[in-house]
Amino acid sequence: MSTVKVDFHGTLGRFELNARFEVPARGVTAIFGPSGCGKTAVMRSIAGLNRLDGRCSVAGDVWQDEKTFRPVHKRPIGYVFQEANLFPHFSVRRNLMYGHPGPTGPTAIGFDEVVSLLGIAKLLERSPRHLSGGERQRVAIGRALLSQPKLLLMDEPLSALDQMTKDEILPYLERLHAALDLPILYISHDIAEVERLADQLVLMRNGSVLASGPLSVLQADLTLPLALSRDAAVSLDATVLKHDAIDGMVTLAVPGGHFVLPAEPLASGTRRRLRVLADDVSLAVETPSRSTIVNVLRAKILEIRSQSDHRVTALLGLGEDGQGARLLSRVTQRSWNELGLRAGLAVYAQVKGVALVRREEPVA
Amino acid sequence: MNLHVPADIWQPVSLTLELAAITTVILMILGTPIAWWLARSQAWWKEAVAALVAIPLVLPPTVLGFYLLVALGPSGPGGALASLWGARTLAFTFPGLVIGSVLFSMPFVVQPIRNAFEAMGEKPLEAAATLRASPWRAFWTIAVPLASPGFLTGAILGFAHTVGEFGVVLMIGGNIPGRTKVLSVAIYDYVETSQWTEASVLALGMVVFSFGVILTMMLIEKKMTRRAS
Repeated sequence: MSTVKVDFHGTLGRFELNARFEVPARGVTAIFGPSGCGKTAVMRSIAGLNRLDGRCSVAGDVWQDEKTFRPVHKRPIGYVFQEANLFPHFSVRRNLMYGHPGPTGPTAIGFDEVVSLLGIAKLLERSPRHLSGGERQRVAIGRALLSQPKLLLMDEPLSALDQMTKDEILPYLERLHAALDLPILYISHDIAEVERLADQLVLMRNGSVLASGPLSVLQADLTLPLALSRDAAVSLDATVLKHDAIDGMVTLAVPGGHFVLPAEPLASGTRRRLRVLADDVSLAVETPSRSTIVNVLRAKILEIRSQSDHRVTALLGLGEDGQGARLLSRVTQRSWNELGLRAGLAVYAQVKGVALVRREEPVA
Repeated sequence: MNLHVPADIWQPVSLTLELAAITTVILMILGTPIAWWLARSQAWWKEAVAALVAIPLVLPPTVLGFYLLVALGPSGPGGALASLWGARTLAFTFPGLVIGSVLFSMPFVVQPIRNAFEAMGEKPLEAAATLRASPWRAFWTIAVPLASPGFLTGAILGFAHTVGEFGVVLMIGGNIPGRTKVLSVAIYDYVETSQWTEASVLALGMVVFSFGVILTMMLIEKKMTRRAS
């Protein structure tokens, strides 16, 4: 399987950078970590904009090793910077076409396709100076795509934008992910963005890679900081079973259980991503009697981790045998002790809230 | 004052314009790579080079002229160069004047271009590189257009400064009509020989010219910065 393989080391300001990971070269891989942990340095090194010691290869193609250092302009990348970085002396159209290989080169990603995907048809003849921040960033994404990259690198493309503009661009990114078969590395320090966009995750802290792998696996790993953070959550890939037009509820299946939630009509069989916060999952040892909580699922406690704030985070496996999808639950130490909860116990997970992360899954 | 324009003042005027034009072209060709290097190099000694380029700003023109006279003379490298085409010296010749002017006006061209390259920063060039542009293509399609106000300022200042130069010319060019007698020297000459009319026509012309140059430059720069921001 083709992968993005990275192993960089060097000094970066006050800490040592030691970044090593290998992720599949498909879908969106988020590089996630707090500001200043070396995410950008790693991405710039993949692009060849920085030169750290180490190796980097993409789909078997060596971009850097002990003997090789391929210059930036010879790497088949697209790079979207934090600020759009458009060329101010060119129109939007000329910006878009700057990296285009021309009529004789390979054009897997067409001009019209990109323009309609990003909704920038009306901006083509304008100057970048007269665009809003969100429009600029969309043009920058389009410009990167039209250079026909084999790997798209996005360095916090939304961080310079306000929340409203972010919400305006995120759907475009989701469409991009769904419409183009292009591996994307995406830097973010915003877990909500990651939960919406990413398939794989590279978790960084202080210049090192803590872990890398599928998003749902890393989120449910109690040894990693994600599962213990304040907004710990799991992402679940779910299939729409049915939509009830009368009460407006959709039923979605995940391995080991069903979730019911209010939503716009969704076609059966389509795939959607759900997000369940650890704080929204409480535990019961018996079938709860009458309650407003719609989603009560059988589950088994697999692992626990006590936290310093007198709370316990538990990893649950859905289903009676605990073999289904993983959920996180966070309860107080006191409730935990009173109910006599322990690893291995079968419980009922009461899910107060489940969010449909809006996302069109790529056609498999 | 008699406003009759004496015929022989046109020779120094055209010679001056020719010198300034040639000097400006050479300075754009030489100054651009120097400015590029000064703007982007990480070498610790680059400011020493920058200082060397800037020396004519503070040095008395006669000092520069003196060294040039030695260098261009029969026993200097200029003389060796001149011997290639059978001449004995580059001093007191038009090519000698060009060399002197290039050195003397260099800082006026290099500094604005360097500033423009530095103001542009790395980002547009990085974006171009990630879009498969070779450094050469990025230079011509991104760096040069974005730094164009600096190029324009440099060209105008280089030209105007060459037109106004006096001390260096006097030292290395002397005062040979049609070959090295440029405007500023001609004015000096007219005054020496009490030809006040000619002197005032040329002097007034210089004032008007300088004013026009500076005004044009400021207007264009203002327009360009507005366009580039």
